[in-house]
Amino acid sequence: MNPIYASRRRRDIVVRALCFAAAAFGVTWLALILFTLFYNGLAGMSWQIFTQNTPPPGASEGGLSNAIVGSLIMTVIGVGVGAPVGMFAGTYLAEYGRHDRLSPVIRFINDILLSAPSIIIGLFIYGAVVVPMGGFSALAGSLALAVIVIPVVVRTTEDMLMLVPNPLREAASALGLPRSLVIRRIAYRAARAGLITGVLLATARVAGETAPLLFTALSNQFFSVDLTHTIANLPVTINNFVQSPYAYWKQLAWSGALLITLAVLALNIGARLIGSERTAK
Amino acid sequence: MRSGKQGTSVAEMAFHGSAMEQAGSHDRARALNAFRLGDRAFYWITRISAILVLLLLGGIIVSLIVGSWPAIVEFGSAFLTTQRWAPSAEPPVLGALSPLYGTILTSAIAMAIAIPVGIGIAVFLTELCPLWARRPIGMAIELLAGIPSIIYGMWGFFILGPFLANTVQPFFIDLFAGVPVLGSIFGGPPSYLSLFNASLILAIMVLPFITAISRDVFATVPPVLKEAAYGVGCTTWEVVRHVVLPYTRVGVIGGVMLALGRALGETMAVTFIIGNSFRITPSIFAPGTTISAAIASEFAESDGLHQSSLMLLGLLLFVLTFFVLAAARLMLLRLEKKAGKQA
Repeated sequence: MNPIYASRRRRDIVVRALCFAAAAFGVTWLALILFTLFYNGLAGMSWQIFTQNTPPPGASEGGLSNAIVGSLIMTVIGVGVGAPVGMFAGTYLAEYGRHDRLSPVIRFINDILLSAPSIIIGLFIYGAVVVPMGGFSALAGSLALAVIVIPVVVRTTEDMLMLVPNPLREAASALGLPRSLVIRRIAYRAARAGLITGVLLATARVAGETAPLLFTALSNQFFSVDLTHTIANLPVTINNFVQSPYAYWKQLAWSGALLITLAVLALNIGARLIGSERTAK
Repeated sequence: MRSGKQGTSVAEMAFHGSAMEQAGSHDRARALNAFRLGDRAFYWITRISAILVLLLLGGIIVSLIVGSWPAIVEFGSAFLTTQRWAPSAEPPVLGALSPLYGTILTSAIAMAIAIPVGIGIAVFLTELCPLWARRPIGMAIELLAGIPSIIYGMWGFFILGPFLANTVQPFFIDLFAGVPVLGSIFGGPPSYLSLFNASLILAIMVLPFITAISRDVFATVPPVLKEAAYGVGCTTWEVVRHVVLPYTRVGVIGGVMLALGRALGETMAVTFIIGNSFRITPSIFAPGTTISAAIASEFAESDGLHQSSLMLLGLLLFVLTFFVLAAARLMLLRLEKKAGKQA
């Protein structure tokens, strides 16, 4: 064989092998992380986790019920506040603001907020909510989550509304429907699956957020649903338990981590299924 | 619902003619009025929400500056060049040099690992992988991106840290022992908590971002270009090197910058395993700290000047990531415009 061709072939084979190795490397990490997570998490899984509160230091029984409830409350409020705001803002960008000079600026800022470090959001809420309110609270934690939800929903809402074909809007307008109804009755309905996907993805994003809760919601050893006080939540509880010297706390941290991961994976896969259903049609 | 019913009644009235004209025009005016009000209200709700996004950014910047003002006044530009971090000294001495160094060093090492591997996986997925396996592997990589960072952190703390300290670190320490510069970079005793361990966890975390974006931009290369290159006898590597990468360069760089933005600000994956030590040592196997790790581990129990300095660290981090992310977005935007022109 021609020596130049042979060396090109050799180089090609080496690079292919490296690419293959890279893929194996990536998938191996995922498998390893999921394996240890399930192995250690399932070992401590029992009904206790869902029925008992977080134990005091050194105890050998107890669960995560207060943390689970706290996380649910804050996630629901965070998404409940953030999703509508994000959806309206996304609507403005896609429907009213297409030729507005303001829109590119908002879009750009939103993209930056989308990947801003979440600990910065925590600092912001600490300065804007915790200090004026005079203490850490579940409300502050929820608002921190809402700030993270907003850019995600803005982005998906705008993208999804942009996919709605214009003739649909024109047809509705031609029937005499006012602009707001064209959007609410026609565009929202056409983009419904995509909008739900966006909210699910945003929920998945905040479900495991830890950094912004460390100094907004803090944590609480007891069961509490009071929005003006600190509240127990899974991520911060895991954070505290991992670094503790107690074996049972570490065990609970693994179980909590497994619960969060399962929830996040379920939300992600659910979002994907709804999203692909839309494109299948 | 209500206004919808009125909408049909307006249409009916139009058909009914002169007998009902009197009553009709009255109803019609009322219905149109309701429409106009609803229309206006909806417009303003959406517009105010959009402006809220701008205010959010403004609020973040203002609250960070307000919070860090006492530290700015106290330390000035010396904050950036002081290595010592002694919040309980009298008077307190606080400097950002070691967290800044840790942030930049861990991100740099993480990117050095994640960029080639991430792009390699993207090439594998778009050029080499058999069709049936593309979707599952691509999906697995994307799910890796969705796992909360605290899971990476605790996995690094319990599993990866001990593993590295017992195998990889001693290997490098022995390998480079006695070599002038490398000997001190890879020197010192192996440690569960180190800059190197944190960098590796960061690399695993940002890998999916780089892969996902690279794969998406690789998909924008027109098949004709690739087919032409294969047609004149190029190998897969030559097609990737001389057709795919030049065509998608801007997009790939944008994706890499986006991942860098993540790595700089990542908190939970790093906090557990970096050791939180405010020292600058030549060895990457020694404990260190990053801006986000310092904030995460000290902020809740801080007050006064200490807290204000942590806020100032946060402000520095925000400025740093803002520029990186802005550059990334501008590049991706440029690519989108290019793709739009061709479509």
